[in-house]
Amino acid sequence: MAIQEDRRRVAVRLTVLQYGVTLVFSVLAVSFWVLQVVQHSMYEELAENNHQRTLALRAPRGVVFDRDGRVLVENRHSFSISILREHTKDLERTIGMLASVIGVDEARVREIVDRHRKEPAYRPITIVQDATLAQVAAVTARRLDSELPDVVVEQVPTRRYPETLAAHLFGYVGEVNESQVGERGLRSGDIVGQSGIEKIYNALLMGEDGARRVVVNSVGREIRTLEEDAPSEGKRLQLTIDYDVQKAIEDAFDVAGFNGAAVVLDPSDGAVLGFTSRPAYDPNAFAAGIDRATWASLNGDALLPLQNRAIQGRYSPGSTFKMAVALAGLEEGIITPDFKVRCAGHQNFYGRDFKCWKAGGHGTIDLRHAIEQSCDVYFYTVANMLGVDRIHKWATALGLGIKSGIDLPNEVAGLVPSTSWKLERMKEKWYAGETISVGIGQGAVSVTPVSMAVYMATLANGGSRVTPHLLEAVDDGSGWKAVPPPPPEATLDIGPEKMQAIRDGLWMVVNAAGTGARARIAGRDVAGKTGTAQVISNQGRLAARGSSRDLRDHGWFVFFAPRDHPQIAGVVLLEHGIHGSNAASVAHHILETFFAKQDGRPLPQVPADLQLNYSDPFAVGSGAERH
Amino acid sequence: MFERRLYHHIDWALVAAILLLCALGCAMIYSTTFDPTRGTSRLYVTQIYAVVLGLGAMAFMLALDYRTFTDKSHLIYIGMLAVLLYVIFFGSVQMGARRWISVTAFNLQPSEFAKIGVALVLAKFFGENRGAPAWTDLAVGGALTALPIWLIAREPDLGTAATLVPVFLAVAYLAGMRMRILGMMGLCFLLAAPVAWKFALEDYQKTRISSFLDPAQDARGAGYQQIQARITVGSGGLSGKGFRQGTQGQLRFLPVAHNDFIFSVLAEEQGFAGVLVALGLYLFVILRALEAARLAKDRLGSYLVIGVLAGFTFQVIYNVTMSAGLAPVKGLTLPLMSYGGSSMIATLAGFGLVLNVRMRRFTN
Repeated sequence: MAIQEDRRRVAVRLTVLQYGVTLVFSVLAVSFWVLQVVQHSMYEELAENNHQRTLALRAPRGVVFDRDGRVLVENRHSFSISILREHTKDLERTIGMLASVIGVDEARVREIVDRHRKEPAYRPITIVQDATLAQVAAVTARRLDSELPDVVVEQVPTRRYPETLAAHLFGYVGEVNESQVGERGLRSGDIVGQSGIEKIYNALLMGEDGARRVVVNSVGREIRTLEEDAPSEGKRLQLTIDYDVQKAIEDAFDVAGFNGAAVVLDPSDGAVLGFTSRPAYDPNAFAAGIDRATWASLNGDALLPLQNRAIQGRYSPGSTFKMAVALAGLEEGIITPDFKVRCAGHQNFYGRDFKCWKAGGHGTIDLRHAIEQSCDVYFYTVANMLGVDRIHKWATALGLGIKSGIDLPNEVAGLVPSTSWKLERMKEKWYAGETISVGIGQGAVSVTPVSMAVYMATLANGGSRVTPHLLEAVDDGSGWKAVPPPPPEATLDIGPEKMQAIRDGLWMVVNAAGTGARARIAGRDVAGKTGTAQVISNQGRLAARGSSRDLRDHGWFVFFAPRDHPQIAGVVLLEHGIHGSNAASVAHHILETFFAKQDGRPLPQVPADLQLNYSDPFAVGSGAERH
Repeated sequence: MFERRLYHHIDWALVAAILLLCALGCAMIYSTTFDPTRGTSRLYVTQIYAVVLGLGAMAFMLALDYRTFTDKSHLIYIGMLAVLLYVIFFGSVQMGARRWISVTAFNLQPSEFAKIGVALVLAKFFGENRGAPAWTDLAVGGALTALPIWLIAREPDLGTAATLVPVFLAVAYLAGMRMRILGMMGLCFLLAAPVAWKFALEDYQKTRISSFLDPAQDARGAGYQQIQARITVGSGGLSGKGFRQGTQGQLRFLPVAHNDFIFSVLAEEQGFAGVLVALGLYLFVILRALEAARLAKDRLGSYLVIGVLAGFTFQVIYNVTMSAGLAPVKGLTLPLMSYGGSSMIATLAGFGLVLNVRMRRFTN
């Protein structure tokens, strides 16, 4: 009985087990079917992301040449060390280990990682740009040991500025900042121009990054390359800059030892031959990511080395403004070149005594001589006859108080006052007495150096207000294509005899009894004008005595040459350069270099002293006046 | 001892299915451990040796009547406990666990053989009783199983220890354990689970279970293997990526691919088609062995077959589920396919007993 019963029970329970096992296996088969067939594409993609990686191949930026084809900006190779979080198992461990391997503060590494944490994990986070060979070797060794599988060393092209010149013109490059990401397809981590032509022509200079798809194993070692899409280099640019002129400017500033700015143009079309702003910075410091200390010191420097003085510095023009007043008088028919004024060393206008710089006076003087001698009384008189609005009109027509339109970012405009300006700004009526000091470029008048260069170019070419520009030609890989110069901003119809009177005056400044003798070059008929911009009034100087501020006057020299068929025009501003004649010394070296090159003569060496005069006639206690 | 006519009663179909699975295993081991930079790995050769040794063990288990083994089962059981004790105190340590005995060049893993020992002793114990086992019988049988579980868990090797539980349950079930008792045991397990969670489990074990429930919470740690397993299986598709073409296994995104995750590699390289073949073979082996239990001439034989089969089936199902990332990752190998000498020899020896029971169904 029991045996029978046992047998039956065993048989039944075995059947239950058979069905049970079969059921479980069926469920397993269905599960695999779901994973492998229904959800296959999703897992296939995940598997691909697992073992395929796309590495960016950075495109070099376009090389920049001067007008003769000399390399001004190029590229070099540098190494960057990045964390690729895609396969990071323990980010903290990686950060700690990487920091100790490359000798960087761990908190600093973490901060960089935190800044990029929200980005997709396949995008590398660059920790060190321009890594030293020792850092590269240390990381590479750890990678072979599979200790840092998620750290990659990439070779990246990096900007190189072979010589520190025209820093503000070239500008600098840097990692794209958050507000720029997205515009024109810029992605986080891209290197873009942040200033100067690097910024203005970024779209041309930036190449297109390539990519390399590689197969990696679970510890990040590359097994093989699947496909490679080579990067395409940025377009090559030729600038209007003449390296030799540029070098002459830089050398002369180095010897002079003053800060300031200089802009030299071809007066016929506004092509910029040379351009500087001092103090300068080293754009190479930015090329591979500027370190904090350097950035902080550049930003904190009281001398503002990051400011592009040539287009952003506003200075009182002083006597260099007198030609604008003269032209206004001539064009408005108020005066002729033969109009004479008697200078007694001072003159009373509206009950106030205005002094000429020459205490004894210039006697009876015509326009040419008034420019040559920089007679203040003459221009007080003309200004008074004109009124401020007509001065404003003609100064503006010559390019003063407005932007020049140069192809550089963040240019600012100077200021030439007018009655409506005062009403709008100060809610006050203009007093005729205020016009008197405007006549000699004082009062509210301020100009940027680049606008002064345009002003001189316009006087030089007979009334065409050219647009200063830097781009000569572009090579997108299929050969150089010239970029036509921008059309003049305005063309003034000025009687040649009127223009000639001003040019004669300017010629006499340099070649006769004027203050610009240091710019004289035999046979070149240099025309120019010095100017002194007061930093502080004489009374102010007394009050500020003993402070550490530099209270010496700024010195201007504006010029073109030769007088009759000008080929070069420009401006030199020396901050606290004391005399305009010091600026004329700097201009002399520029002009001499320009003409020597034109004649095919050996280029001159910059004189060791430049005949500079460092004595300050307006030091507290002296009673001299500026001119 | 071995009569010639018995030869004709050997279940050659079962042997063939088992050998096919072994061959599949060797092929997959070859595929995952092949490294072009270092030349061919020797692991698959070692596995072939293990299969040959296992076949020897199988032949040995066939040669003697299974009752000879069950009659000596108490001695075998005591010997087994002694070896497990020895392992705990003197075994060699690998990967943080003391599981192995070094015998010259080989590392033996006694816990693999404990499954056979427990199956033998339980078959003998329940086979001697008539009718449904009483409470006391279940208690004694449970104790006989619990002792080696405890020893193996101490190594620690919770995976292997756990495979002994189904061995007891299956034998007791076939012996006629009342369903009510089975239900109560299930209830107790449910009640004990939270207590065990709190007191008995180590932290790493808790992590494994919690990461199974939500793999993404720990995608780089314990959940990593599970996610990778699912990717491996899913990316295989219908027909697979081809022999040695699997990226997940070849590029080592899946750890111990030749061992615990060999079925994932099969699924990746041979696709759903390969999975169906392998699952079919395993199902055939299990059903065929259940047939042997049905044909056995006595209850002892049935219980022995079911005891051997229970551990095997449990391990196959668990490992395959885990390979698809559908169960918490546990160091349980896939019998007949995973790399591992002790497991291979013990499994084949176990099937020797299964064949034995079927072969001797007509003898007295």
